[in-house]
Order: sequence, then structure tokens, then C-alpha cells
Amino acid sequence: MTKLAPVLSAHWDEKDSFTLEGYKRHGGYKASEKALKMDPDAVIQLVKDSGLRGRGGAGFPTGMKWGFIPQGDNKDHYLVVNADESEPGTCKDTPLLMANPHVLIEGCIIACHAIRAKHAFIYIRGEITHVARRVNQAIADAYAAGILGNGIDVVLHVGAGAYICGEETALLDSLEGFRGQPRLRPPFPAIAGLYARPTVVNNVESIASVPAIVMNGAEWYQSMGTEKSKGTTLYSLSGHVANPGQFEAPLGITLREILELAGGMRPGHKLKFWTPGGSSTPLFTDEHLDVPLDYEGVAAAGSMLGTKALQIFDETTCVVRAVLRWTEFYKHESCGKCTPCREGTWWLVQILRDLEEGKGTEADLAKLLDLCDNIMGRSFCALGDGATSPITSSIKYFRDEYIAHLTNGACPFDPVASTLFVGAGA
Amino acid sequence: MSTEVSEMITVVIDGFEVSVPKGTLVIRAAEQLGIQIPRFCDHPLLDPVGACRQCLVDIEINGRAFPKPQASCTIPVEPGMIVKTQLTSPVAEKAQRGVMELLLVNHPLDCPVCDKGGECPLQNQAMSNGQGSSRFEGVKRTFEKPINISSQVLLDRERCVLCARCTRFSEQIASDPFITLNERGALQQVGIYENQPFESYFSGNTVQICPVGALTGAAYRFRARPFDLVSTPSACEHCASGCDMRTDVRRGKTLRRLAGEDASVNEEWNCDKGRWAFKYVTAIDRLKVPMIRNASGELVEASWPEALAVAAEGLKSAKAAVLVGGRATVEDAYGYSKFARVALGTNDIDFRSRLSSDEEREFIASRVVGSSTTYRDIDKADQVLLVGFEPEEESPIVFLRINKQFRKRALKVVSIGSKESIAVEKLKAEFVKVAPGQEAAAIASQKLTDKSVILVGERAAESAGALSAVAALADSTGAKLAWIPRRAGERGAIEAGAIGNLLPGGRPVTDAAARVDIATVWNTDSIPAEVGRSTSQIIDAVHAGQIGALVVGGVDPLDCDNSQAALSAMEKAFVVSLEIAPSAVTARANVVLPVAAVTEKSGSFLNWEGRARSFDAAVADSLNRSDLRILSMIADEMGISLNLGTVTAAAKEIASLGAWDGARATFNKVSAQAQPALNGDQALITSWRRLLDLGTLQEGEEHLAGTARRTVAVISPKRAQSMGVVDGDQLKISTAQGSVTLSALVENIHDDAVWAPRNSRGSQLLVNLGVAHGAVVTVVKA
Repeated sequence: MTKLAPVLSAHWDEKDSFTLEGYKRHGGYKASEKALKMDPDAVIQLVKDSGLRGRGGAGFPTGMKWGFIPQGDNKDHYLVVNADESEPGTCKDTPLLMANPHVLIEGCIIACHAIRAKHAFIYIRGEITHVARRVNQAIADAYAAGILGNGIDVVLHVGAGAYICGEETALLDSLEGFRGQPRLRPPFPAIAGLYARPTVVNNVESIASVPAIVMNGAEWYQSMGTEKSKGTTLYSLSGHVANPGQFEAPLGITLREILELAGGMRPGHKLKFWTPGGSSTPLFTDEHLDVPLDYEGVAAAGSMLGTKALQIFDETTCVVRAVLRWTEFYKHESCGKCTPCREGTWWLVQILRDLEEGKGTEADLAKLLDLCDNIMGRSFCALGDGATSPITSSIKYFRDEYIAHLTNGACPFDPVASTLFVGAGA
Repeated sequence: MSTEVSEMITVVIDGFEVSVPKGTLVIRAAEQLGIQIPRFCDHPLLDPVGACRQCLVDIEINGRAFPKPQASCTIPVEPGMIVKTQLTSPVAEKAQRGVMELLLVNHPLDCPVCDKGGECPLQNQAMSNGQGSSRFEGVKRTFEKPINISSQVLLDRERCVLCARCTRFSEQIASDPFITLNERGALQQVGIYENQPFESYFSGNTVQICPVGALTGAAYRFRARPFDLVSTPSACEHCASGCDMRTDVRRGKTLRRLAGEDASVNEEWNCDKGRWAFKYVTAIDRLKVPMIRNASGELVEASWPEALAVAAEGLKSAKAAVLVGGRATVEDAYGYSKFARVALGTNDIDFRSRLSSDEEREFIASRVVGSSTTYRDIDKADQVLLVGFEPEEESPIVFLRINKQFRKRALKVVSIGSKESIAVEKLKAEFVKVAPGQEAAAIASQKLTDKSVILVGERAAESAGALSAVAALADSTGAKLAWIPRRAGERGAIEAGAIGNLLPGGRPVTDAAARVDIATVWNTDSIPAEVGRSTSQIIDAVHAGQIGALVVGGVDPLDCDNSQAALSAMEKAFVVSLEIAPSAVTARANVVLPVAAVTEKSGSFLNWEGRARSFDAAVADSLNRSDLRILSMIADEMGISLNLGTVTAAAKEIASLGAWDGARATFNKVSAQAQPALNGDQALITSWRRLLDLGTLQEGEEHLAGTARRTVAVISPKRAQSMGVVDGDQLKISTAQGSVTLSALVENIHDDAVWAPRNSRGSQLLVNLGVAHGAVVTVVKA
């Protein structure tokens, strides 16, 4: 039985965890002090050795990403922190930044030192004003305490609220003041990123993991997790569970274990389907309760670890309806740059809406899958691919439920039954 | 041809090997093999964007296959690359068919009423690479339609496939980023900034490269179906850039003109004037029959024999001179040149119906004739120096070419002038600010190399000593020199000898051997040996009674140095006017002979490079005759044979003359004049003609006129402060002749100068003030 391993979230339950004082009480900013005395390349090597992989979804080794930045090129380098957390279900960076913004700032200092950058930009999702305020205050406190401003500056940039700006090159365009749309690669951000300068773009959690690695060493970090997925991470449990929230555990924990820690499903119900890493990762069902939730384990089972956003749905949920809602999100958030995503999501929504209302025939399912095949791997960025995942995976596991809509001429589910407030008044 | 040797890379596409230069995109390499990969956003002259995803192909490199199809418009070839297009890869074929179906999800099937129907890349490629019918049964996106993004460009948003060609053109080619993509998802759309229309001189190109019918030109919208048009390759008659064009005619009427392709000149672009100013040809007041002035002083219609007889009689009975504007074709200019020498026995001929000088004439004879500086020299230049020349206003394709090199490699541009222009800003040019008339000193202090290019405009003639300084600078540095006139016919007129100091082929009139050359071919006893009069001298000579008759072709007297004197000279002399439409000249002429407009005849222009731009008649059944033909008829009537019955005959004769291999005419350099003293409310006027203005050839083009730049009077911040003037105040600029009152704009201009457009609505300086550059005017708050 894997246990929780709170590192990032170790002190979240303290009232002043978000303050400079609260952070320093547990050794805050000691790691950056230590790192600044190290050779930058040694810091990069340390992060490489730790096995830390990007927590934004793709799982690219963080140290290797840092190592791509050309050195001695007499150009400004930039660190950009992707805090545009917008994936349906994903909710780890928001609580992290609310509870402990200083760990991110400290991580920025270390990363900047390693990649020889003088500026870090935190690009934060436009809708979460309260988080932006908290991070802003933390930055101001860090400047006042002389932690920032000594050769490393951190700038907070609040986005205008677009899912696409979580895509790193769209984020860079948005940060530069343009409308966020993904850029053509190459050049990759490591060569020509922000303002055409070598740039590292990392997720909040990736950067926030660095101070602990610097303090405790690569071996300590490596001692947690699985063979290729090292360390601890935040699993965000939401939906029909008794006790939703953030569960920080070593990579490789299973949903069965997390559910146990969370007190199980909501009383009287059983698991029907779930997402391992947000809505753009293919669905899992109760067959997958024992899949190790690390990069390899989830991939081997046909999905992606993504952002470890575990959205849990019980048997009251209509999968067609859930998929339609997600698809509506993708249609709304498609940036419009490429044809497959822009036109495809427009079309997908219309087909799904009909199916959910019980209109159409089984041939529409074939059409839907063929359409997904024409979008998947054909779009400019991964957003288009992601839009097809819930559809193809739900048809794979729940084809009968789709067909039941058609034979029934309407959705066979009571939508109220799946709501969380159903028990209260009913 | 470029002599740079680039590394060649061999790739295999659909089983065929092809070697292409390193950096070539897969889609281009496939074209080399004749393999057409469907595409929308891709355009060879725009940066790749990879947005439409229509050109997906399967690629493997050294045995490693990409996991999914790749956009062939964004990937350069690499050694060991094997490409499978829709022809050999079922995956690529399905991907393309899928994307095509998706593109049509929101595209209206309104082809029967769409201007693009019949020449539409979407329509064509939907047929070639799509499927017969769509599986889409849902609701299409709709928009209010159309919306004007300028007075001449209309946007039907529901037809747009969001390929971003138009927005990329505007940003990357014209540097006029006035349109962008707004909103997102399927609601993404091309848009303008609030209250900031798409007023780019190059906006028409976006209509031409739009792969669907989303962008249309107001003048052509709903006028024709492409398959009803007869297309003729043609050359633009507006400026000296020399654009290759295509003229589309239906039932004898020109309905549309498009930019043609010529990689060494205009690439695939043209300016809005070239594209949209052609209604003058079909204007209802076009002259169709000859007219003669009767005893009571009225112009009355006459038969050709009658009119020719009157013209011949009038020209025989007085000393005559020739004024031919800068818009004649090479062959017509040659006709005027030969007519002056052979039929009238005079060298009194000048094509310069504009401000000009004797210094300029000598500069032309010694430096412009036979000059071979080209667009390619701009491509290779280490620096471009602009003197008396606003490329965007006066030769737009030259601007595009400089801009291309500026964007590609930050080409250094220096502009000597009195007012900073929009083009100077766009090119981030070093602006050498001088008082109007004081250009010479600034020219002399320029540091150039033998890789530099000097582009000098016709306005340099308005500043004494400027052209002398330019010649000296070119001599001392070895820099390439090009003289770029505004009108399409001027370079050709020079080579044809339609000027008093030159015979055809650049032969100096003063050179006896040159005269013998020409007299032999022309089969005439002799050619006058003395240099002929210039335009202003001819006008003076009419007033002095030394000249009694004028042959005038395509001249607007209001463009001349002293427009009032020019007008009265035409009242005084016996005037034979060859014109396409009634004008100030025909109103004063004794004989008016209608001639063909450019689209109605064949011929050629020489652009500023001296490159021949020949064209055939686009309108086949026109009864109008070229100037050349009419001059021959007059000569016949005078009992002299010009032997120039047809354009072909003239072209042959010009070719048989060849270029002059003797000594060039000498250039007696002129020194600059001291700047006149100015009192408090005096300033030196400076101006140029804008691309879109009151030019005769733009008459009747309301949509085009709607995008002309605002008429303003520009003064410096210092002058504005001392006058207490802010932007938008009314300024009165006056001379003894008259005044103009214009809205003030405070900008970067020499403190001693005031700028106003030379020939725009409300500001026709040569008419209103009688001066246009370097003269003292009074500027007061109105």
C-alpha cells in the first residue's frame, strides 16, 4: 500500500503557509541560497539526476530541457512558468500557488541560475484572480526581503483566459502581447522562445519541485516513484468521491489506493469511468483501478498521465453527456488556427448533441470515429488530438451506452442523479 | 540568374528522386516533379504557417518515419528523406480528404453566386482531392455579409478558410499590418482595427491570393464569371515599376486587372493603382472621332481625312514643336521622336510634362540612357540611398523590393528629403533631413560602396545641383545608379529620343556620327544639329512667337512648370492634340485626334531598369489607333513618309538602330543654390504626388479613391509650436498665385519646410500655388 508523500504539500495545512515567514519556517529559500553557490551546470545535472519530469502533462525530463539552452551565446535567456492551468479536471497548480507561492519563486531563482536567465515570467490563467493576487503579493514580499531583484527578476503576467495559452508556444505569443496561437516549430523555445531568445517553459509543479531536490539531493528524489517516473506528485481527485482534493504521493500509486485514502466513492455508488490526466487523456474504467499512475503505466494502459487530474464518475453519469460537455469545451477553446481542430470540434459537438438526444443511427458512431481519425494527428498542436480522446475512448468502453441512447430515442439517464447535491434535497 | 551555388539535397517523392537546393520545402520539391500537393495557406512568397493542414504527407528520414502525416509546406527537405504524397500513401490521401471535408464544413456552397467560382482553389481542390459529397448534416456558421474592410476590399467572412494569406501578406510583404485574425475557433475571422480601415496601397493583392471568395474587390464584385473573361498578358501603364499584369476583358470591356508573375520584377504583386485604375479606358467621355475647331471657335466632329488635312496644313505652315507626355509606349514615343525630326525638322521635343531642368536633361543623356541597374541590384545592395524619391508613392514595387530585403536582412536604407514618409518609417530608414532645395550637400556627404545602390527620383530635378551631386557620388564610390521616374513611359521616351538632346538609342543630338546613323535609317537628308528646346522653353518660345504650332500627346499642362503659361501657349499656338479623353489641351486644340488607350493597343514600356515590358492589345475590336499610326497618317498628309505603319514596324526599326556605342553626352554639372532667407511665416514648400491622387488615369475609380491618404499640410513641431498650431488646425499656404487651406499635421519635417500633397483633392500645388518644391511660400493659421 503506497502512502502519501507530502513534499510540495507538506505544510499546506498551516495557516500562514503562503507567507514568506511561513515558508521560511520550514527552510524556505535555503535551497536557492545553496543553488546560487553551485555551478549552474551542476544544478542542471542535479535536476537531470533526480529524474524530475515535466508535470504539465508531457513528462519531458526537466533537467534535459534546461540543458537544451545554448550557453555562452551572449543572448538573454528566459524562464517562463506555465501557470495557465485550464484543462477540465486539472486543479493542482491553483491550490499549490494559493498555499505556497514562495516555493515557485524559489524554484524560479534556482532555474534561472541554472539556465543563466535573469528574468522569469509566470504566466497565470486569467480567470484565477485570487491566485494572481496571492502570487503577486509573494513576489512583492520576496523583493522586499531582497530575495528577488539581485540579478533575478520575476514578473507575473495574467493571461486573458484561453485554454490554448497553456500550449507553450501560444503562451509565448500571448506573453509577447499577441493573440495566443501556437507557433510553428522549429525553432523550438530553447532556441528562439520568448522575444526570440532561448527560453525554458516549465509547469508550476515542475519548478516548485526543484527546491526540495536541491535541498535533499537527487538520490532522495529518486528513492520515490517508479523506475522511470521519479519523485512525488500531486494527484487531483475530483468528482463522485467522498473526499476530493489534492493527494501528493509517489508516482506509481494506483487509483484504488488513492480512492482508499480519499474515503472511497460517494456512499452507495460505484466507479464507472475516470480520467487519469484531465479531459484530453483517454478515459479509464473500473478495469484500470490498479494501473500504476506513472508515465509508463498509464501509457501502457492506453492513456496518458497528463496532469494527474483524476476526475471520478460513478454509475449515475451519462458518459455521452460528459463527453459532449468536454467537446463543447474544446470547441469553445479551439484557437482557430488549424482546420482539423477548428472545424472538427464544431462538427463533433453537433453529432454528439444529436447522439445525446437519442437522434441518429449507429452509422453516426462510425462517422464520429472516422472524424476523430481525421482530426487526431492532423491538427497543428495537441489540442485537436486531445479533443478526440474522450470520444474515441468512451466509444471504446461504452459503445452500448451510446446505442442505448439511440434505441431509447433519448438519454436513458436522470441527469439529476449524477449531481452532487442530489442527496441533499431529494 | 543567381550565381550563388547552393547545396543540393536529393530526396525521393512518390518514388521519384529530385534534387533541390537546401532549404526547399517539401511541397516545392514535389512541384519540381509535377506532383501537386493540395494547399491553401501555403504561398511561395509568404512565410510558412502550416495552418490549413491540407498538404499533409507521409515522411520518413533515413528509415525513421514520422508517426503522423506532416504539413509539407513547413518542412524543408533533408538528406535521406522519403516522401509519400496522396499519390502513394493511403494515410496522406485520407488525411487530405479529411481536411478537405472539414474545410467545407463551414464553407457555404454558394459557388454559383461567388466571384471566385470557376477560378477557386477551394473549388478546384475539393474536386481533385476531396470527396463528392459531405457527411456534414449540421448547422453552418454564418456572418453578416459582406463587410467593407476598406472602400475597395469586401470581406465575406463565412467563405473564409482562415488560411491567413491576406494577413501574412499585409504584414510580411507590404508592412501594412492593418488586418489581423480576430476571435477564435470557427468564429475566427479576418478583421480590421476599429475605425482603422485596410488602407494599404497593396491591398488588392490580398484579393488575388485569397484561395476562396472571402475577399473581393468592390469594383469587380458580381461583375463577371471567370470563364466569360478573355485574359491577355499585359504591362502596367501607371508607373515605372514595370509590373507584369493580366487584363481580363469580357465583350470588349476591361473588367479586371491582376498582377502577373515576373520573379525579376514584381514577383506576384502589384499596387492598387495598377490593379484598380482602368476605368478611364471605358469612360463615357472617351474621344472616339476626330474633331476640328470651326470658324466660330467650336470643336466639331470631323472625318479622319478632314482632320488630318487640317492638322497637316497647320503644322506645315508654322514652326512646330512636340510635347509628348511621359505615358507613351516606346513605339509611340519613337513615333513622336521621328515625327519631330523628319516631319517637323526640329529637335524641339520633350516628354517631360512635369517640373524639370536642363541639368536633368544632361543627367539623363549622360547617366540614364543605357543604364542597367536592376531590381536584383537592390537584392544584393549593402545600402540603398533614396534621393528625391518616395518609393511607396512613386514606384510601389521598388518599395516592396526594398522592404523585402529590409525584412530579410535589415538592408540599410538612407533617404534624403525634407519630410519623413511612412515608407521611411516602415523601412526604418536613416532619414537625412534637409531644407527643400538643399539636397546636394547631403548627397555629397553620403558614404557608399560599389555595392550600394542610389535610387534617384524625378523630383531630384527640382533641386539645383542634386543630380550633379548624385552623379559625382556614383562616380566617386562606384555605387550603382538608377533614375526612377514616376510615369511608365519616361524611360522609353528617353531611349526613343523624345527629348531635345537625344536621338533614339541614346545618341547625342550634338554628335555628327549619331545624326548620320539615324538619318540613314530614317532615310532623311539631315537631322537638326542643335539641342532642341525643353518643355518650358517650348512654351516660352510659343509666347515669344518663335514657335507657332504644337503636337501634344498625353500631356496635362497643369503638371508643367508654369501651368498658366502652358495653357495660354496652347491657346496661342496651332495645336494638334492626340488624346484619349477631353482635357485642358483638347479644349484649346485646333485638331483633336482620338488615340488608343494602353489596353487597346500593343506596344511596350521600358521600366526604370530599362527592361522591356511588351504587351498585346487586350481589347481586340477597338477602332482606336495608336499615336504612332496617327502620326504616320499626319506625316503622309504632309507628304512625308514615316514608314511606321504598325507597332511591329516601329519595334523592328528601333531594334535595327541598336544602342549607341559612341561617347555619351557630357554632363555640365550644376552647383546648388543658397537657401533663400525666410521670415517668420514663410517656409519652403515641398511635396510629392501620392500614389492615389487626382491623376487622370485614376478618374472614375471611387472605390480606389476611398483609400487615398488624407490630404494634410505637414509642419514641424517647432513651427507648430511657434504658430500655436496643433494637429487638425487649418493651415493656409499661399503664394502670389494662390493658396490652399489644409488640415495641419505635425510630423518629422525640416523646420524650414511645409509639405502638402502635390495633386490631391484640395491640394493641387502647381495649379493652386504654381510651385511644388524649394520655393518660398507663406504659411499661416487659417
